[in-house]
Amino acid sequence: MTDAPLIEIEGVEKYYGDYHALRGITAGIGAGEFFSLLGPSGCGKTTLLRAIAGFEDISAGRILIAGRNMDGVPPNRRPTNLVFQSYAIFPHLSVAENVGFGLRRAEMSTADKRRAVGEALEMVGLGQYGGRAAHALSGGQRQRVALARALILKPKVLLLDEPLSALDKKMREQMQVELRRLQRQVGITFVLVTHDQEEALIMSDRIAVMFEGEIAQLDAPEALYRRPASRKVGEFIGMMNFLPAQVGVSGVTQGGIAVEVAGLGPTVLQSAQCPGAARPGAAEVGVRPESLTVLFDEGTPAAHRATGRVDEITYYGDMTYYEITLEGAPKSVQVSARNMPGRRLLDRGETVALAWDPSSLVLFC
Amino acid sequence: MTARPLFIFAGLYLLVLYAPIVLLPLFAFNDGTVIAFPLQGFTLDWFAALLDTPALHDATLNSLIIAVSTAVFATTLGLFAARAATRYRFPLKGGIVGFIMLPLVLPEVIVAISLLVVLMQIGIDPGLWTIILGHTLISTPFAIAILQGSFSNMDNSLEEAAIDLGETRWGTFRLITLPLVTPGIVASLLICFTISLDEFIIAFFLSGNAPTLPVYLWGQLRFPARLPVVMALGTILVALSVILLMIAETYRRRGLRRAGLKDTGGFL
Ligand SMILES: Nc1ncnc2c1ncn2[C@@H]1O[C@H](COP(=O)(O)OP(=O)(O)OP(=O)(O)O)[C@@H](O)[C@H]1O
Ligand SMILES: [Mg+2]
Repeated sequence: MTDAPLIEIEGVEKYYGDYHALRGITAGIGAGEFFSLLGPSGCGKTTLLRAIAGFEDISAGRILIAGRNMDGVPPNRRPTNLVFQSYAIFPHLSVAENVGFGLRRAEMSTADKRRAVGEALEMVGLGQYGGRAAHALSGGQRQRVALARALILKPKVLLLDEPLSALDKKMREQMQVELRRLQRQVGITFVLVTHDQEEALIMSDRIAVMFEGEIAQLDAPEALYRRPASRKVGEFIGMMNFLPAQVGVSGVTQGGIAVEVAGLGPTVLQSAQCPGAARPGAAEVGVRPESLTVLFDEGTPAAHRATGRVDEITYYGDMTYYEITLEGAPKSVQVSARNMPGRRLLDRGETVALAWDPSSLVLFC
Repeated sequence: MTARPLFIFAGLYLLVLYAPIVLLPLFAFNDGTVIAFPLQGFTLDWFAALLDTPALHDATLNSLIIAVSTAVFATTLGLFAARAATRYRFPLKGGIVGFIMLPLVLPEVIVAISLLVVLMQIGIDPGLWTIILGHTLISTPFAIAILQGSFSNMDNSLEEAAIDLGETRWGTFRLITLPLVTPGIVASLLICFTISLDEFIIAFFLSGNAPTLPVYLWGQLRFPARLPVVMALGTILVALSVILLMIAETYRRRGLRRAGLKDTGGFL
């Protein structure tokens, strides 16, 4: 066992003519990891994935897979397989021929190949479909064929470019769970490209959030959600409220950072809650909607309280989102509340008390 | 309702368009030398007369040689052009492709006369090869149009997927690209063949002493007694063209189906 990551991406740059698509990407992806590249459209996720697969030459930097420099190694000689966004199912071949395509050059008996194809189809739940014409499959089935076709070669790394984006919501949720299960089962490193933050959170061991050709933060889902490294990441992952804040002139002391937050009042934050260096002056504090708790019973004791007026109500069935303007805050915040049995909905215009906890705040200086 | 006048218009339009062509087989099977109603009775004499006209056999042979060569040349050129136009980006692409497609709208007489002038200047005698040249020029745009459809309907990532799965470039071309564009190639061959077979103006100007079927047909019009024979020959030509175009269209659609795509137009 070595400690070096399976995929080492070191200072990778990519130019399309004048356009700087990748700006110094450095990351290590461990063996057996489910790794996601998450970012808005056009941030370079596909470019990076295709660079790992060998379909794009990189302008600078290097990519190593299992310790081997991939520079100049064509896609068909890399230990990677790519599941294309369009699935790229060969329409003139049967399902079994599609899945077995990569075995054409393998030194195996025909019987072994047939068995391997059968197993691969079984693995993705398409055991009965081998003889079907590939062009007659549904979106979800094509997706599974594409997976089986790539996994049959037992690559070290499976690269997936937005594999679920063409599916409807139900199917997508089902496939998210299934992909995760499949990845644990085969133990292959998965690198998934997605622009859907929820999907990334659900499936990944670690996520690289990309903006404009750069990795803004690379972390486990929980760390990413609880401690976004910048306001931009906080906004992109889930929902986050931002309140104006003032870092005290006494600044950063041993005990923490003294902050005056509009609508919440004075508090002391730990330095871990502030990505980057805290300095006195104007700043912003981020707080998630579920970190502000509506006190339906005014009498509930709470160490930290705030008061606000309900402006808008959005009902989701299991949850309700309230738009609340806190006293002393310039604009409203989103507050979520679980709809438990016996709990009433608030009314518009109603004044409510909220409980909050300093440890759930993030300070952006 | 507003639909009724439009229906009548459409009906009249079709009548004017096709009535003369329907007359062709009518008189081809008519037992009388005069092209006039009432019809005289059924006969196959005119078709039989076609068989023992040696000049006609020569013209048929000429036409076949020219049409086959044209189909092969135009489709080959079209294949390269269509592939380049759909897969690669290069400077002045729009202009170049536009110029290749231009013969589609140029008056054929102009093309024919200019070709003749140029060939005379270079000192090449008109004949089979010069007609093949002219026909290739006018059929290539059709070949490109058809093949461009085949290539652009083909997802780029199909070829990449094959390479990703370990195939070589040649293997990818043989196993993926070729099977997917073959229906387009067949359609292009058939349509170019048909265009060349039916073409008159260029063949007329450039044929020298090697007349094609349409040129021969035109020559026969001088002899009123031969008119029913001309009708018979015309009937065969029309039937052949329609059949070939239908086969071509079948192939084009099969190609789309194979690629798992919806039909977005075509020639028929
Ligand atoms: N072949 C190319 N030539 C020029 N520019 C390109 C090329 N491919 C991608 N780009 C540009 O590089 C940038 C990154 O593209 P990329 O496809 O990696 O984005 P992405 O993050 O995958 O976005 P999406 O979520 O929309 O798929 C985009 O601005 C795109 O326009
Ligand atoms: Mg992309």
